[in-house]
Amino acid sequence: MSVATYDVVIVGGGIVGVACAYECAQRALRVALIEQDVIGGGATAAGMGHVVVMDDSDAQFALTRYSQQLWQELRRELPAEVEYEQCGTIWVAADEDEMSEVLRKHAYYSRRGVPVEVLRALDLERIEPNLRKGMTGGLLIPEDGVLYPPCAAQFLLESALLKGATLYSGSTVSRIGSGQVYLSDATTLSAAVVVNAAGASAPALTPGIEVRKRKGHLVITDRYPGFVHHQLVELGYLKSAHSVNADSVAFNVQPRQTGQLLIGSSRQFGAEHKDVDQEIMWRMLQRAQEYLPALAKTSAIRAWTGFRAATPDKLPLIGQWPADPSVYLATGHEGLGITTSLATARLLADQITGKASAIPIEPYLPSRMASLEHAHA
Amino acid sequence: MPDDITVLVNGRTLAVPQGATVAAAIVTAGTYCRDSVKGEPRTVLCGMGICFECRAEVDGKPHQRTCQIICVSGMRVSTQDRMSR
Amino acid sequence: MTANKQFDVLVVGGGPAGLAAAASAAQHGVRVGVVDENPNLGGQIWRQGIGGTNTEAENWIRKLRSADAEILCGMRVFDYPTPNVLHAETHDDLVELRYRKLVLATGARERFLPFPGWTLPNVMGAGGLQALVKSGFSIAGKRVVVAGTGPLLLAVAAYLHSHSAQIAMICEQVSLRRLAKFGFSLLSHPDKIAQGRYLRKQISGVPFVPSCWPVAAEGQGTLRAVVISRGEKFERIECDFLACGFHLVPNVELATLLGCRLRNGFITVDEFQQTTVPNIFCAGEPTGIGGVELAVTEGQIAGHAAAGHPKSARTLFRDRRKLRKFGEVLERTFALRPELREVPVAETLVCRCEDVTYARLKAQPSWRAAKLQTRCGMGPCQGRVCGPQTEFLFGWSADSVRPPIFPARVENLGRMLPDIAPAYSETLRGPQ
Repeated sequence: MSVATYDVVIVGGGIVGVACAYECAQRALRVALIEQDVIGGGATAAGMGHVVVMDDSDAQFALTRYSQQLWQELRRELPAEVEYEQCGTIWVAADEDEMSEVLRKHAYYSRRGVPVEVLRALDLERIEPNLRKGMTGGLLIPEDGVLYPPCAAQFLLESALLKGATLYSGSTVSRIGSGQVYLSDATTLSAAVVVNAAGASAPALTPGIEVRKRKGHLVITDRYPGFVHHQLVELGYLKSAHSVNADSVAFNVQPRQTGQLLIGSSRQFGAEHKDVDQEIMWRMLQRAQEYLPALAKTSAIRAWTGFRAATPDKLPLIGQWPADPSVYLATGHEGLGITTSLATARLLADQITGKASAIPIEPYLPSRMASLEHAHA
Repeated sequence: MPDDITVLVNGRTLAVPQGATVAAAIVTAGTYCRDSVKGEPRTVLCGMGICFECRAEVDGKPHQRTCQIICVSGMRVSTQDRMSR
Repeated sequence: MTANKQFDVLVVGGGPAGLAAAASAAQHGVRVGVVDENPNLGGQIWRQGIGGTNTEAENWIRKLRSADAEILCGMRVFDYPTPNVLHAETHDDLVELRYRKLVLATGARERFLPFPGWTLPNVMGAGGLQALVKSGFSIAGKRVVVAGTGPLLLAVAAYLHSHSAQIAMICEQVSLRRLAKFGFSLLSHPDKIAQGRYLRKQISGVPFVPSCWPVAAEGQGTLRAVVISRGEKFERIECDFLACGFHLVPNVELATLLGCRLRNGFITVDEFQQTTVPNIFCAGEPTGIGGVELAVTEGQIAGHAAAGHPKSARTLFRDRRKLRKFGEVLERTFALRPELREVPVAETLVCRCEDVTYARLKAQPSWRAAKLQTRCGMGPCQGRVCGPQTEFLFGWSADSVRPPIFPARVENLGRMLPDIAPAYSETLRGPQ
């Protein structure tokens, strides 16, 4: 039985785990990262790769905006394969009710210094001609972007390795606790801090974490350059992300740098198998065709699923786990893992090194869970 | 040839035997089907509909596997030289 | 949605195995359908093309028609939304195909191996160039090098020659010694010898060179010459076309999607050609690359068995045993030599859909990592071209199959028919 000692051991090589490894290594901590399969091979690979601001709550806004800015700073260093593209998001309003939501968002973001622009019906038709006619308008957020997550994760990993981090590739963790990480090959790693960044599998390592799997579907098409220019989302997306127990779909289409169209989104609880759910995929695509009728004839070349890590209050868990002070959590990012990975890493590293953070950390602390009322739809 | 029909390949008329595929028409026209992701010229490879190298635009529809489409008189074929960029 | 069709026995694939299966099942009076994505029946090896006829294919098609079997061409199966139902796409519509028994006769495709310049226009598969000529392209007067491995090379060379192509050389990577052993083993398959001799006669005068393989294709924007490795030397041959294929790879995607078990990359079947899924049969190349006669025999067995007539199936067991032996000889003879792994250089493209180079792939630890990092295998061919290559080059095996198994229109994915949808809708509640 061999024991290796580190300052920080991170379990999980998804975007959050590698971002944490990178940040901690940058701060000269001795870091080990454990990934049992392919780097970024879980929800990271399955997701849409958007880097967006969200205003579901002030805390969500703070985290996404902070993190988005970090991505923008990092942008110059990102290799071409990461395909970082600042295509912007348009929240599409299909009727007057949704248009008032557009105006509310506009005010919210403007007050907080996020560049936004209200689009009227004619503007929308002009800049996104493939949208169904009759939309009322939309909100353009030009600083939103997309990237290709597996390569982003690989870049962060390589950067972490360059700063001295160690990767345990292909190793499975059987248990963590009290500053120890036990691998299934009988290796033990010892650390002052063990970070659980295992995404939807986080509760298996730290029982009691309120993280549930939330299944999503995506479909990608062949190349249709210029079909859409911005990421397009329906305002009902928030309703879908909100609902706690129901299965839902919401329109969300993204142009990739390759010219392919990435079509989402869906949310299901309680679905444990990875198989594509025909009915959900059908409903998701129907919804997408309601907004982009010309999608109907495009060639869909792949469909897949992934499991988001969802928490009851839709905010991630970043910080010390009260039941075991050696364990820190960096999980529960639901649909915002790519976006908030960099900020998560900063907040986590700040707490490990006793530094103050750029934004308030309380809303994301795992200790909040004890006093939290569970929200029901 | 008496059994020939006419199709348009990149705007130019071409006579092909009846029953010929669009892929055969493209190669007969002396051109190629598409540009690859990195801009290289590509044409028919497998001839049986599985490699997707023979994709071209047929009657306005992009990404058609031309080896699987029989020419119809007057068909408009545009090779996807610009589409993949 | 055009059609909603029901069959007692549905056969997927209209090549030799599929035609034999459908005709055999149909003769027992059950409702039979055969579906194929090509515009015409015959599959690859019995592809008739313009003005061509294949007597065997015609015979089977005649049997099909006289037994009122339904022929569905131009339909591409891409998913099975629910057990006993397949979804297929036509140029304009979606077709639902329901069955009691299914016979998978999905055939095989050529294996391609990468070498510098192989993506140049006019470097095609051996079967690929033959298919193109059958589909209306004139090869008359064109200079062609035929290369790769397998009995297909001779057949393709003979065909092209008979259509006035100038065959510069046939390059077979297998050694003379192995070929001689193969030839010797054919003594127990006299019809094969006759076939071989006939083909050789057709192209007498064309150099047939064993232990020989392409190492580069040259040209600016189109093929001008091929460089081959021949013994210790390299030789440059000017040509207009290179017809190059390295034997066959079984099309097992649909069977895998349906849950049939595989062994060594082929679908396992019992003596009645039944797969591990009770109402699904499989015949022909997906159960083992063995040539036309074996495919036809297996097809007949599967057809009889699927139609509920095992006794008729049994009468063919002996033929199948004999023909399987030939299949095994084929596999042994045309195994790929390891030198072919040394042929690609760093910039040689391996994944043609996404233009991924050999060097980028070599750096990856697994197929899955390669897919995620480079997009190899994530293009429209869904790994059908690059999968067999990376398997040979790096020993990677593909991961599981997901629908759609062929690209399909967005409007058709997951599309539910009215009478299936209610059952599914029951399980869902929610605001949307």
